[in-house]
Amino acid sequence: MENNAFYVALSLLLNLDTSLFQIVVLSLQVSLLAVVIAAMLGFPLGAAVALWRFPGRGGVIVVLNALMGLPPVVAGLMVYLLLSRAGPLGEWGLLFTPGAMIIAQVVLVLPILAALSRQKVEELLGEYREQFMSLGMSRGRMMPTLLWDARFALLTILLAGFGRASAEVGAVMMVGGNIDGVTRVMTTAIVLETGKGNLPLALGLGIVLLTLVMLINAGAYLVGELTRRRTG
Amino acid sequence: MNRMLNLVLAGITSFGLAFSAHAEDYITLASTTSTENSGLFDAILPKFEDATGIEVRVVAVGTGQAFEIARRGDADSLLVHDTAGEQRFVENGFASERADVMYNDFVLIGPADDPANIREAESAAEAFAAIAEAEAPFTSRGDDSGTNRAELRLWKSAGVEPDGDWYRELGSGMGPTLNTAAAMDAYVMSDRATWVAFGNPQNLTLLFEGDEVLFNQYGSLLLSEEKHPHLKHELARQWHNWLISKEGQQAIADFKVDGQQLFFPNAK
Repeated sequence: MENNAFYVALSLLLNLDTSLFQIVVLSLQVSLLAVVIAAMLGFPLGAAVALWRFPGRGGVIVVLNALMGLPPVVAGLMVYLLLSRAGPLGEWGLLFTPGAMIIAQVVLVLPILAALSRQKVEELLGEYREQFMSLGMSRGRMMPTLLWDARFALLTILLAGFGRASAEVGAVMMVGGNIDGVTRVMTTAIVLETGKGNLPLALGLGIVLLTLVMLINAGAYLVGELTRRRTG
Repeated sequence: MNRMLNLVLAGITSFGLAFSAHAEDYITLASTTSTENSGLFDAILPKFEDATGIEVRVVAVGTGQAFEIARRGDADSLLVHDTAGEQRFVENGFASERADVMYNDFVLIGPADDPANIREAESAAEAFAAIAEAEAPFTSRGDDSGTNRAELRLWKSAGVEPDGDWYRELGSGMGPTLNTAAAMDAYVMSDRATWVAFGNPQNLTLLFEGDEVLFNQYGSLLLSEEKHPHLKHELARQWHNWLISKEGQQAIADFKVDGQQLFFPNAK
């Protein structure tokens, strides 16, 4: 019984072990904050690329799409070299802190949010173009309207970004260092327990992580449905 | 829109609060997976923190990566197990001081039916030669860690160039390498601490131990003040001195898993 991962997961949740609680809270803080920052940068960026025509625009779109597949350890390595004392931003002293983990996850999530929102906004722009023309709206004025009307699609895109952030391990391991009580998150704890050969505990932690992601998705779905119904 | 902004601000503030609560007096220690995975740090760090009020934040990686982290000035102190590499680190000016702290030993693990018959070996070199002779599967860390470096020295002393289908370089930490060996029924060299604390042995068992060449010396290093003036040298010195003090050495000796002592203090 004790070797059953579901039993381990359940007892982890029921006992609300304080170190597990800390790990879960840190995981959520890091990934949610990274997604919020990435959204504040990525959605306007995506919308801007959709709205404006400029030389090299095709190149920007290809790069954004390609970066959606950026391997997390490569992102981690780049942020590590940037934040290392021997690197350009070493003065900040951010390496092996949650701040470094947020930066690495922003790097991973930003291209997803920008590339997918670019596509969605461009679709909407096709539908709305004539209306905008008749109103004589500038591109800068179109942007908030388009982003607002795309909000349900953007919510799904946001969840895709959150999924990427909360699931990755390579980047946070490298820039966070998996320090107990400081930078240990769900995924790095799973790697550690697997390394110790505590496979049921590792899988139990995995089930806890999945449950959390599922709850967040269910919450987002409900919010989406309710507002959709209210606004028709 | 305003509500969202408020939410974001609240999130950032609560995040800031959560982390400002941490102690200011801390050092970052680059060390090896063997010390972390065995649970040694969980046992001795609270004692050090009680004595000095200094929190030690451990980044546990392979010895090769630990050297690299210290060389770049990203850790305040270093605790690793590669004496030759440590001495070079001091000679090259990256560290100002090195001290012996403790040792544990490496053991040879393998499938219980022992196809290369290393149980009967007289020495570690003989055991390694027997594995190569039988071309029995062997999983190597292959990650330039202290254990990996020691393993390569042992192949050399056995007069064997490990090569061929039977020799698998994994590029993983000690725990993952043991997991793989368990799944492949392969031989593997592990530090005793990680092996004893390991929870997934399946068909693996300890087959060879006790040769003096398998002793695994750990050293603590103080990093160069000249090269990295920004590091917390004063706190790092307190940690270094505590490790080799009577209290520190006692704390290491007191750490046991299943009643078995895993690290033997030997500071001079």
